[in-house]
Amino acid sequence: MKIVVCIKQVPDTKGGVKFNPDGTLDRAAMMTIMNPDDKAGLEAALRLKDQYGAEVTVITMGLPKAEDVLREAMAMGADKGILVTDRVLGGADTWATSQTLAGAIRNLEYDLIITGRQAIDGDTAQVGPQISEHLGIPVISYAQKIEIDGDSVIVERQFDDRYHVLKAKMPCLITALAELNPPRYMTPGGIFDACDAELTVWGRANLIDVEDSNLGLKGSPTQIAKASDKVRKGQGEKINKDVTESVDYIVGKLKDRHVI
Amino acid sequence: MDFTLSKKHEMARTLFREFAEKEVKPLAIEVDETEEFPRVTVEKMAKAGFMGIPIPKEYGGQGCDILTYAMCVEELSKVCGTTGVIVSAHTSLCCDPILTFGTEEQKQKYLPDLAAGRKIGAFGLTEPGAGTDAQGQQTKAVLDGEEWVLNGSKIFITNGKEADVYVIFAITGMVEKRGRMTKEISAFIVEKGTPGFTFGTKEKKMGIRGSSTYELIFTDCRIPKANMLGQQGKGFNIAMHTLDGGRIGIAAQALGIGEGALERTIAYVKERKQFGKAIGAFQNTQFQLADMATKAQAAQYMVYKAATTKDQYTKDHKTSYSVEAAMAKLYAAEMAMEVTTKAVQLHGGYGYTREYEVERMMRDAKITEIYEGTSEVQRMVISANLLK
Repeated sequence: MKIVVCIKQVPDTKGGVKFNPDGTLDRAAMMTIMNPDDKAGLEAALRLKDQYGAEVTVITMGLPKAEDVLREAMAMGADKGILVTDRVLGGADTWATSQTLAGAIRNLEYDLIITGRQAIDGDTAQVGPQISEHLGIPVISYAQKIEIDGDSVIVERQFDDRYHVLKAKMPCLITALAELNPPRYMTPGGIFDACDAELTVWGRANLIDVEDSNLGLKGSPTQIAKASDKVRKGQGEKINKDVTESVDYIVGKLKDRHVI
Repeated sequence: MDFTLSKKHEMARTLFREFAEKEVKPLAIEVDETEEFPRVTVEKMAKAGFMGIPIPKEYGGQGCDILTYAMCVEELSKVCGTTGVIVSAHTSLCCDPILTFGTEEQKQKYLPDLAAGRKIGAFGLTEPGAGTDAQGQQTKAVLDGEEWVLNGSKIFITNGKEADVYVIFAITGMVEKRGRMTKEISAFIVEKGTPGFTFGTKEKKMGIRGSSTYELIFTDCRIPKANMLGQQGKGFNIAMHTLDGGRIGIAAQALGIGEGALERTIAYVKERKQFGKAIGAFQNTQFQLADMATKAQAAQYMVYKAATTKDQYTKDHKTSYSVEAAMAKLYAAEMAMEVTTKAVQLHGGYGYTREYEVERMMRDAKITEIYEGTSEVQRMVISANLLK
């Protein structure tokens, strides 16, 4: 079985967030981590590898420094890493990103593609399903459990108060939730091997069946009007009343502000 | 000369730090209070490959270097000295001598389980009458047919009751050396469960209280001839060589304890207010912190230097790391004691309570000046090299 896992390097929420003048994130200036949903997706792929035997390839689009996240994935147990990087791909929104990744994945053989549900920077949950559309394969999103049954996958898709059990023929795409499973740690030996391993680096020329008009900032229908760091909340208002009075006071405040 | 860590080592540090913060730190107070061996943590470390970091891959290890191993012990010890010494004793005192002096059969038999953490290792040299003076040993091994028969006892054994594989030293005869009759010491691999091998009392210690420190008792304990480690009569050399490596592990433990206390103190002095300002704003605090940080940094350079010198030995089997290891352990241990003591002082009354972990760190630091060669022994090793 061949599994492709799409991973993204995202800002570490412990570090500060920095923006470019055009409102996009200044990724080069921020501390980064592997997106948590993607890490759970990678763990799911590695568990399938442990259980059934599989070749796991991780792929990411990003700046050259995004190779760090590929090496981290390989130190956890992924077999190959592909970095898709090119100036013309910069500033991509979800549409351009999914076009890029689909264009890269067309070079690969795969039974399963796993992506995270969504990235903690953009929070759109669009890239995974869009890739499946571009590639013309089924998608099962929000996976909380994945099993293989012959040439099909059986996936529990999470809902608020229930889950659906879906079966799909491979090849298909699954988007994983961070809750899917706790990711394993890298191993020290895995780190040494990952740092010595050759990564595959692809640019625009390696993308198959993708128009230039669908790439990078120019190919992104989404225009960011304004972006800003979270504004620190003030102290708030402290009240010292008994329970009934407090409830009345709070309800009054909410009414004043037309919240209720 | 390049003091920059490689990408590999930076990534390894990130791994060790994340593991220590998530898996080890939350249990550190409990491990100290209950004096219980953190078995669950060891299982997690085994899964993450921490129990076989410098063991070659052909024997099931991670195939990394001593520097990576030292960094692992350092990061673990920043949050829990007990966890640091479990890895150190297992790796340096049991895996390393088997790797260095074992026959191919012994390596194949023992190292894969040890490196994967399915089995834990320990080392037995110290006896009631033989600590620094290894010649004071009383434990004897007598050959009887195809077996060695062990009688005697070992004390203060780290990983004592929790280990599965023990490297044990015993007298196998008397030999003439420079006109004097001296004890011939040999090393053996002894497995837990061997008839005649039992445990004595558990030590009640000042620090590293979760570490399992026991007396090992051998009463007509018969072990196969094939379990002699190295040549007969070479036990003293094996012990000294092993302790040279062990000192790097303990130096890394001391380094971690000191750094951990420093980190906590920096956080504390920013928060603690006296006379209307954070105590970090007082020059006395600033100068104390500056001294602590400088010494911790110096210790780190010395520990990493000793580790990379041992890595050189792994490659050429010639380079001596004995003096570097002794200097690193001497300096790091004394740094740890000084830095943790200052950390308690800067924490004031809170620092003296067990709620604030610098108190535990100060207790944990003390042993690093004592075991695997006291600071005095390190000075003997260093000066003997100067005056030879």
